[in-house]
Amino acid sequence: MTTTAVSETTGAPAPAQIGLVDTLKAYRDKVRGGDIGSLPAILGLVALVLFFSLKRPNNFPTAFNFANLITQGAAVMVLSMGLIFVLLLGEIDLSAGFTAGTSAAVMAKFMANHGWPWPLGMLACIVTGLVIGTTIGTIVTRLGIPSFVVTLAGFLALGGVQLAIVGEGGSIQLPGKAVYNLDNANLPIWLGWVLFLVVAGGFAGLNYYRIIARRRIGLATSSLSVWALKSVTIAVILGLATAFLSKQRSPASVASIKGVPDVVLLLLFLLLSLTFLLVRTPLGRHIYAIGGNAEAARRAGINVPLTKTFCFIMCSTMAGVAGIVYASNANSVSAQTGGGTDLLLAVGAAVIGGCSLFGGRGRILDAVIGGLVVVVISNGMLLLNLKDAYVQIFSGLVLLVAASVDAISRRRAQASGG
Amino acid sequence: MTIAADQAPSAEAGNAPLLSLRGINKSFGAIEVLRSVDLDIRAGEVTALVGDNGAGKSTLIKGLAGIYPYDSGTYSYEGREVHVHSPKAANALGIEVVYQDLALCDNLDIVHNMFLGREETEHGLLDEVSMERKAGETLAGLSVRTVKSVRQRVASLSGGQRQTVAIARAVLWNSRVVILDEPTAALGVAQTEQVLNLVRRLADRGLAVLLISHNMNDVLQVADSIAVLYLGQMVAQVRGDSVTNSQVVELITAGRSGDLGMVPAGAGARTASTSSDEPGDNS
Repeated sequence: MTTTAVSETTGAPAPAQIGLVDTLKAYRDKVRGGDIGSLPAILGLVALVLFFSLKRPNNFPTAFNFANLITQGAAVMVLSMGLIFVLLLGEIDLSAGFTAGTSAAVMAKFMANHGWPWPLGMLACIVTGLVIGTTIGTIVTRLGIPSFVVTLAGFLALGGVQLAIVGEGGSIQLPGKAVYNLDNANLPIWLGWVLFLVVAGGFAGLNYYRIIARRRIGLATSSLSVWALKSVTIAVILGLATAFLSKQRSPASVASIKGVPDVVLLLLFLLLSLTFLLVRTPLGRHIYAIGGNAEAARRAGINVPLTKTFCFIMCSTMAGVAGIVYASNANSVSAQTGGGTDLLLAVGAAVIGGCSLFGGRGRILDAVIGGLVVVVISNGMLLLNLKDAYVQIFSGLVLLVAASVDAISRRRAQASGG
Repeated sequence: MTIAADQAPSAEAGNAPLLSLRGINKSFGAIEVLRSVDLDIRAGEVTALVGDNGAGKSTLIKGLAGIYPYDSGTYSYEGREVHVHSPKAANALGIEVVYQDLALCDNLDIVHNMFLGREETEHGLLDEVSMERKAGETLAGLSVRTVKSVRQRVASLSGGQRQTVAIARAVLWNSRVVILDEPTAALGVAQTEQVLNLVRRLADRGLAVLLISHNMNDVLQVADSIAVLYLGQMVAQVRGDSVTNSQVVELITAGRSGDLGMVPAGAGARTASTSSDEPGDNS
């Protein structure tokens, strides 16, 4: 008799290989069980793109507009990626928009008035976000004030700070081209294709490696046909996008505009590195655990306050990065940068993408998918010459639908358990 | 009646308690919650801890788990006195607690829950393959056949399956003492049976199991030894097969049953409240 739990190896039978049919079945069960992920967002995105393409065949489905969608949506996506960290906890950061604006204002001020080179300016921007996040996170976790209230206070105060830096009614122009290029320049065509090869090849290669590693140990894996189908799908989507963006898309024949936008590089880097952090590290696992059941996480020995503070720091730091993108997009920083509906669109993007407002469920990819939905709505509706009022009303309704899907799927998930 | 003593069968006569408490006191302010409590937990046995609401069961196990220290008394483990000041210290000794509310994260899968807070890493990254294998082996080792895949989310499990996962998590760490707080409280008949079988198997594998339960049927079905708390005092620790349901109920509700339990009031109940649990002190 032994007390070790893992004494007898079970000598598992030949590792199970989950084929295409079973994969689809498992996915159906998952959806039925209330875990629908990004499915509604992707279906909605396809429907919206089809609708606008039919309505405005000459304007909407063009390479020029496609590149526009990316550069217009980039800042919201980055802001949304940061917000996912706090949403995963079941918390909220209402101040993220003005954190982005304030950070951008700090950067612009240093660059325009003090002649700082752009790397230092960007660093100052990110550090500003980091400091704000540390403050918010510390107040929320140490004083136990709900994040809603703390960040509402931050929203008001930071809006004022930003106004003070920029000056009443004014805006700060960014000197030089470096910041401007981030959300306006394009990669050379060849580099776009290299990027495509690295991402599509990397996706296929890493998954293949994973399957082989698991199979060697005797764990269930998806079959190679499922792997091939997934890899080819990703490669085709990314390949088409790259090809589309590599076309000459200048509306006037004077200048040449072609290539994958620079900002895609930033989005990909953030998407991959933050996903890696959430999925592959113990810290990421602990963030999900706290969102699912904070008491269970505490009893499991996880440092809940520290982990939560980290999430607020991540959120505000990403807001700083988003601030750079906002500034780049407009080539200037005003008191409105990051204000208005920017924050709400970013929260909306995360929720539309499938991130739960109740915590514990969400991926960084949700920010990208949801961000695309949000930007397609505003872009497409403006192309239909609809007034901004309707754009806002429709965006609000879509967000409401997404939040309802979230709430209903959460209820289903609870009902399907014991 | 000569069943007053915890009559250890001869085969177990040399089986010293793995964990024992002697003269434990604990007060919260002016309220004495535990008064001179003795308890023995043996490897390979299920020891049931019973008592009415407010008898001090929770306080007793929280002290065992290191959530707070006892005021006085000795806590010995493997015959040596130990000081358990934190849950981590208890875990280090091989003591794991499965709380009534299970403390599972619904949004994570079985593997993630079993390794929560103690994830295995390789170069600082989660070693999913190794964790999944060990989780599967542990469940198989406990003859758990009810879970389809260790990659299921806990939200999709039934009450019995969740209890199973919580228990499997506790034994994953080569633990030697597993404390189960009301494991069958929320379960149906079939699931209760499954969990009780699992509890029995834990003991048969050589673990010391402390089972807190309100359900006398469960206790009598599975316990080798029954310890009864009554108003903060351990009134008896008896062999499970030596008592009847009604005797245990009397001990729980009145503190005594025939020769068992407290000496009647007036005969110096306070000092004579002995727990007659020394093996072989009566025959």
